[in-house]
Amino acid sequence: MSWEVVIGLEVHVQLNTASKLFSGSKLSTGAEPNTQASLVDLGLPGTLPVVNREAVRKAALFGLAINADICRHSVFERKNYFYPDLPKGYQTTQLAEPIVGAGVVEIQLESGEKKNVRIHHAHLEEDAGKSLHEDFHGMTGIDLNRAGTPLIEVVSEPDMANAEEAVTFARKLHAIVTSIGICDGDMSQGNMRFDVNISVRKPGEPLGTRTETKNLNSFRFMEKAIALEVERQIDVLEDGGEIVQETRLYNGDTHTARSMRSKEDANDYRYFPCPDLLPVAITDADIEELKAAMPELPDSRKARFINDYQLSEYDADLLSGSIATAAFFEAAAKAGGDAKLAANWVMGELAAKLNAEEKDIAGSPVSAEQLGQLIARLKDGTISSKIAKQVFEACWAGEGNPDDIIEAKGLKQMSDTGELEKIVDDIIANNAAQVDDYRNSDDAKKKKKIGFFVGQAMKATQGKANPQQLNKLLQEKLQ
Amino acid sequence: MAIDSKVVAQVAHLARLKVDPQDSDALSNRLNDILAMVDQLQQADVDGVAPLAHPLDVTQPLRDDVVTEPNIRDKALEIAPAAEDGCFLVPRVIE
Repeated sequence: MSWEVVIGLEVHVQLNTASKLFSGSKLSTGAEPNTQASLVDLGLPGTLPVVNREAVRKAALFGLAINADICRHSVFERKNYFYPDLPKGYQTTQLAEPIVGAGVVEIQLESGEKKNVRIHHAHLEEDAGKSLHEDFHGMTGIDLNRAGTPLIEVVSEPDMANAEEAVTFARKLHAIVTSIGICDGDMSQGNMRFDVNISVRKPGEPLGTRTETKNLNSFRFMEKAIALEVERQIDVLEDGGEIVQETRLYNGDTHTARSMRSKEDANDYRYFPCPDLLPVAITDADIEELKAAMPELPDSRKARFINDYQLSEYDADLLSGSIATAAFFEAAAKAGGDAKLAANWVMGELAAKLNAEEKDIAGSPVSAEQLGQLIARLKDGTISSKIAKQVFEACWAGEGNPDDIIEAKGLKQMSDTGELEKIVDDIIANNAAQVDDYRNSDDAKKKKKIGFFVGQAMKATQGKANPQQLNKLLQEKLQ
Repeated sequence: MAIDSKVVAQVAHLARLKVDPQDSDALSNRLNDILAMVDQLQQADVDGVAPLAHPLDVTQPLRDDVVTEPNIRDKALEIAPAAEDGCFLVPRVIE
């Protein structure tokens, strides 16, 4: 009998405010250690937190984006534990009255099937600092720049049944938080961090013991880590063993995971309402204002792409998934005057190149306007699609705008029939054997064999022959 | 809830307090007395009363999202027992 997999996610989303959650310290990555840590962040006695309005606003905006109830009086609590990168000895977070209540996120799987993943709640909290274990000759270095960074922790219900569903949900969440502009979404910088709760059971049985795999910072690692843990749990159970409730740490480089801590020494956090902070009020007027200011959500953007640009559901899904990709596509489509071509280029050539060079679309060497220009030249027949790739490469390498590249390199398509005719005549005259062979073939074979002549003509014109004209000419002449 | 020496040891560990085992019985007696006193609150009729997070009937003032704090690293590291390369130094916390 097969096993049923049950997956729930806890996602930490770093809010992109200018300052920290409880202090006016600057929030940015890459600063020198401890240069963005104020008295409040250092947890010095006598300091008091003051809540950042923008962090509250962004958390509530997320709640509205997933159709959740917004808590009108959310309460901060203290989660007590000792760790050197938590100087106060407690994390200020929310427990009983989180700012965002139950909501729902719809995902669409590759098969086209749609599924709802319920959100249990999302709460506002501060991040801890960083412990650096290398380079300190047996000591640990503490950098508190990150301490006090505003996060929302989004807790899903265990509604996912495999890695594909979990990753699709994670991607959708990424699309939502970047679309509404509350998070920069750079996973390599830890802007979003995923903890995955996994258990397995036989169908119809109660939930199995779960483990938590922590701090997955890419979608690819998440998928692999889930597969690994599911396999491990099934192996243990089929060998008659028991699953221990524990936290596991996945290593993407070695594709292995190890136990971090088991339940035996699990912390007892002794939560209690933070006496330094009053309940945070959100009024009906605040909510109306947020709703009015709600940016376009991924689902409605997708619907608009299908409607306005006649894209397939699949294309629309891919292009609307990230706000940066969506904006790039729309700008390229507008500049190029052809949405379908723009979609193909953004998802094809551009995506492949970005991927290969591990670049973000926001930092693409070819701008949306340049891609649009390339598409316009392709559309008006100035260049063939083969030449277009060459122009794209040159543009990527920084050789200028497509129009300039086409001009400078003389890449305009040869559409002059007279010129092309002469080349075709030469090829036919110089390849008598192939011509005979072609003429003695049946129609099906002719289709294949014409490729030789096309190749010769492209070689002679350095790929600039207009493919449609060339084909037509060859068919006529080879009759 | 009755507190015995095991609970005392656990709470002491969580709070990072060093409790002499021979004080454990006396401590658990005193903690039980305190809990018994607080237990009287259980007799209060709280039907229909919402839990109270804060005794004041006011809500949290919020601040604008602007950077107001300067870099005070040099001063902060000066009062630390040990510092290096801009970091506070603590005993190694992983194996």
